[in-house]
Amino acid sequence: MNARVASGAVALAVLIGLPAVLSSYQLSLLTKMLIFGIFAMSLDLLLGYAGLPSLGHAAYFGVAAYTVGLLALRVANNFWIDFPAGLLMAAAVSALFGLFALRTRGSYFLMITLALGQVLWGIAFGWRSLTGGDDGLPSVPRPRLPLPWALTEGVPFYYFVLICFALATGLLALVVSSPFGQALIGIRESERRMEVLGYDVWRYKYVAFVLAGLFAGLAGNLFVYFNGFVSPSYLNIVFSASALLMVILGGAGTLVGPAIGAAVIVGLENLISAYMERWVLVLGVIYVLVTLFAPSGLVGLVRQRLGRSRA
Amino acid sequence: MTFWITQALNGISFGMLLFLLAAGLSLIYGLMRVLNLAHGSYYILGGYVGLAAMRATGSFVLATVAATATVTLVGIVMERFFLRRFPEQELPQALLTFGFLLIFADLSLWLWGGTPQTLPKPAMFERSIRIGAIVFPTYRLFVIGIGLVIGLGLWWLQEGTRLGAMIRAGVDDAEMARGTGVNVGLLSTAVFAFGAFLAGLGGIIGGPFVGVYPGADFEILEMALVVVIIGGLGSLKGAFVGGLVVGLLDNFGKALFPELALFTVFAPMAVILAVRPTGLFGAR
Repeated sequence: MNARVASGAVALAVLIGLPAVLSSYQLSLLTKMLIFGIFAMSLDLLLGYAGLPSLGHAAYFGVAAYTVGLLALRVANNFWIDFPAGLLMAAAVSALFGLFALRTRGSYFLMITLALGQVLWGIAFGWRSLTGGDDGLPSVPRPRLPLPWALTEGVPFYYFVLICFALATGLLALVVSSPFGQALIGIRESERRMEVLGYDVWRYKYVAFVLAGLFAGLAGNLFVYFNGFVSPSYLNIVFSASALLMVILGGAGTLVGPAIGAAVIVGLENLISAYMERWVLVLGVIYVLVTLFAPSGLVGLVRQRLGRSRA
Repeated sequence: MTFWITQALNGISFGMLLFLLAAGLSLIYGLMRVLNLAHGSYYILGGYVGLAAMRATGSFVLATVAATATVTLVGIVMERFFLRRFPEQELPQALLTFGFLLIFADLSLWLWGGTPQTLPKPAMFERSIRIGAIVFPTYRLFVIGIGLVIGLGLWWLQEGTRLGAMIRAGVDDAEMARGTGVNVGLLSTAVFAFGAFLAGLGGIIGGPFVGVYPGADFEILEMALVVVIIGGLGSLKGAFVGGLVVGLLDNFGKALFPELALFTVFAPMAVILAVRPTGLFGAR
């Protein structure tokens, strides 16, 4: 555990130091990686710990982004109202969807979370007067905080996101190492055994579902401030599936893995889009390759390598 | 009154198209426990290949053969070389089939461009018929007819033949079926290929009225998923009834409440889910 805390501290120190050496473009890419890292870690709580493969996780990200965007544009650009409202909406929607989704398992769970997510996509797409439809919400302003640095600048905004990322990682690490998190792992391994032991399995899964939605909402909040724009594509199945890919690519059930997976996918998208138009094709191939050759993720590969060299 | 009858016929014909897609999705799930997210891709592949073949040969029949053969082959390759490695593992299956969904989507965009296309109808069904005040295109009636014929054929196949009995045995208990000498591996490939064939046929049949365009793969997949959620995965009857329900809901929804189009389909789905999580005809 101490080694883990130490490596976390080193990673944080590097992330704190990086703005000194990165260009403003690279810094904005890194900011995006951190935001998507929070999103992937939130899904990992469901997938990697509770064993619930949600294919609709974009719903909570998107709801939070739309809530913050709409409030900032139409009501008031007040951080202390908009930011909590985004989190609250994400948690509320996941609390509602969880009631439906958790009645099912396996493929049905995949299908139901997908369908519920698409309901929100349909609303964002169809209800033009509220959401702007396909055009989305443009020019969402960044918040003004009582700080000496304006968040409209790249470096202060990066640090703002980094603080949120560190807090989210710390909180999620606390959750998964707590008795609650251990019970989730038990449920992933054998639901029946946990039931026999007297655990209220449904309640554990439900709390995990809402927590995952809440953290996805945090990522959505940050993203709309970062991007200044949100469109229905941040609610749909492609985005939900990419979150699954990030988790699996990094290594489900490890927290740090999904954050790395998110960074790799964001980085690759940026790199490949610069050279060719066929990013979607490449992304499809990545899905297939990861499933075939790295089912336990990059973290799993590294562990295997380490285990082998030790043996 | 005219409005209601016309819309109902439109809804039923769309429902029949959805039945073709949902039947394959449902059979594949029933036998192999594979949720094939690339099923909508078979629809657009069928449509695009059919369109290309029709432009080259001018024949609707040849186009149908070319399209369904291509899509069936794609299905066989996906099952034999990829999905077979992950039996009963829903997450790898989902990632794999979603990867194929993206690959086919981008390849189609690359090869055939982003402009929405409609397939020409067979010359026989280009006209409309008139009954009283109602004018209705014969092509839609043709689609309803095809749906009914395939529905009946599938029902006979499943209930009245040895092959059907083997499939049902595989659906109920693959291990026991294997024990009684059924080659479940071969059967799985056959069912997967047949499901792909039906979806490719859907692309040809739906091409003239729904069209093929980037994103149609996702839309068709979603609709087919709603059908099987309502009808129950693995049930042919469920796919048929669900197809009709969703086709009608979608059509009346779009006609009466255009802003809420998808909602009129998804809201009843949510209600059914709340009451019966495994759908109307799904196994418990």
